[in-house]
Amino acid sequence: MNKKIKKLPDSKGHFNGYGGRFVPETLMPALIELEQAYKKCKKDKGFLSELDLLQRTYIGRPTPLYFARMLTENLGGAKIYLKREDLCHTGAHKINNALAQALLAKKMGKTRLIAETGAGQHGVATATGAALVGLECEIYMGSEDMRRQSLNVFRMRLLGAKVTEVTTGSKTLKDAISESLRDWTTNVRNTHYILGTVFGPHPYPRMVRDFQSVIGIEARKQILKAEKKLPDCLIACVGGGSNSIGLFYAFLTSHVSPLMSYVRMIGVEAGGQGIESGLHAARFAGGSLGVFQGCKSYLLQDDDGNVLTTHSVSAGLDYASVGPEHCYMRDLKRIEYTYATDDEAMNAFELLSRTEGIIPALESAHAIAETVKVAPAMPKDSIIIVNLSGRGDKDVQEAARIKGITL
Amino acid sequence: MTKIEKTFKKLKQQNKKALIPYIMAGDPSLEATKKFVAEMEEAGADIIELGVPFSDPLADGPTIQRAGERAMKQGVTLRKTLSLVEGIRQTTQIPLILMTYYNPVFKYGIKAFVSEAVRAGVDGVIIPDLIPDEAGDFIRIAKKHKLDTIFLLAPTSTEDRVRKVAKASMGFIYYVSITGITGARLSVDDSMKNTLSLIKKVAEKPVAVGFGISNPEEAAVVSALAEGVIIGSAIVRQIAEGKDIKNFIKTIREAI
Repeated sequence: MNKKIKKLPDSKGHFNGYGGRFVPETLMPALIELEQAYKKCKKDKGFLSELDLLQRTYIGRPTPLYFARMLTENLGGAKIYLKREDLCHTGAHKINNALAQALLAKKMGKTRLIAETGAGQHGVATATGAALVGLECEIYMGSEDMRRQSLNVFRMRLLGAKVTEVTTGSKTLKDAISESLRDWTTNVRNTHYILGTVFGPHPYPRMVRDFQSVIGIEARKQILKAEKKLPDCLIACVGGGSNSIGLFYAFLTSHVSPLMSYVRMIGVEAGGQGIESGLHAARFAGGSLGVFQGCKSYLLQDDDGNVLTTHSVSAGLDYASVGPEHCYMRDLKRIEYTYATDDEAMNAFELLSRTEGIIPALESAHAIAETVKVAPAMPKDSIIIVNLSGRGDKDVQEAARIKGITL
Repeated sequence: MTKIEKTFKKLKQQNKKALIPYIMAGDPSLEATKKFVAEMEEAGADIIELGVPFSDPLADGPTIQRAGERAMKQGVTLRKTLSLVEGIRQTTQIPLILMTYYNPVFKYGIKAFVSEAVRAGVDGVIIPDLIPDEAGDFIRIAKKHKLDTIFLLAPTSTEDRVRKVAKASMGFIYYVSITGITGARLSVDDSMKNTLSLIKKVAEKPVAVGFGISNPEEAAVVSALAEGVIIGSAIVRQIAEGKDIKNFIKTIREAI
């Protein structure tokens, strides 16, 4: 392991064979234009300082790194810190990327933003970004997700976005992404597609990673200040994989101490009702290599190459594929991937609410569920940072429904 | 020279344009597809495009997506489509092109797919989500087996892209007449004319225009600008409505 692993993707958007660009030719000029605009903005002091100001004064960065004393005592092992992305404006890490891309789109002279959304957090973040920079906005959302996340649908509409229901296929995130790509193919001249995760055709996996890596950069500074050392372990949930890469990226080449091993990293996928049930979204545990929605990566598919429907209690993790950089990190064994089931996530959802007074998003509850498994076995002076990627307000109704409670 | 190249050459000598209808394999059944191929050939089709049903057809509009869903309900897969081609080959030698998304091919294995497709009697393959930049292995293996790799260009394509795609495209170049998905409305505008003349300038390969052509009038306009006309959604719609496609193909044949 060396600094080389941070140099990817290459110029074709490949992470050692994963990633790339598998899109209709119509989109190629737009992807090339986006890649060039992004390269330019990364060096543009005006863009960077505008983004920095908005991060501080609008999003609320840096988000706190909170020592979860009660949870730590409850589990009786490693010291658990929570990186509070749930305290970002709009309630999740999604705003980090959406706002940055909205600014970029404005600089590129686009007049319209589109996005897909599963749990609704990326849709809300995009609608927010559009409102702030003054662009027209349309959000695609599967009808099943619109039902599960009706509160977020209302929020998007309040923010001035048009929310378009997608009724094809499994009526969830993957179908919303297909609709967004179709819209983009049709309106590519004036429209920018804000992809919400580290997935899709190059340059998205790289660009979204870069915009989200602020999470880990802050967490690193904060833990060094609080504990005078790096954490032993990082844990985050993995849907497309943007919050996890966001936290992990700044620690990829870090050793816990000069003589010790690397900072351990665990990505937690949605185990749904268990891998053997087939009702899950654990691409690494249950998928194989494939090409889907612009990208070569691990994919839940049948023997004929058709994409399987997925299941998770959390709409945000309910996706058939995963960001290509994660595949590469898995090959390198730099990041471990595991999964938490719906039941484990629901238990963690309640545990964090009761012990810390923090209701996590069901996505983040998957990361808490893994923490419940690993923390007790770790020494008391060791440190875990868990990415609390979003807050649970949006999931309260769905959680009540699962528990059979009528609100 | 491949069968597709021969077809374009022959048509050029006769001062005619290629009529390339598209249907979805297995919609409403594999038997019906076989019958439609015979009818289309009789009505004057020069090359036939067979769609392979896929779960997430992101370049297609609702008409073809629904046709794919119907075919998938019949259990039609890439494997079964290849067997269908084998069956069709017992009665006709009309050039056949498969239009499939990349994942079924990738999952099948590129080598196995190419050799089995050629053995079954497939002459060319169109994969809308595979661009030449990512198609190195596919192009190399297809070339070895003399399978035509047909790539797409669009009104948004820059000169750089036109050169790259035209070079990689074998058999003919597929020009997507609209920035959009299959079945959308056609508009013959300057960017179409400009891109088509640019293609002509950089490549001595036939160009067929598809996406959005739904009637004889539009086919006539487009055929004046290219060597071939591809019609998909309009035929798929006729099939879905249980109408006779023979007459429809005939009227297009007469118009171009």
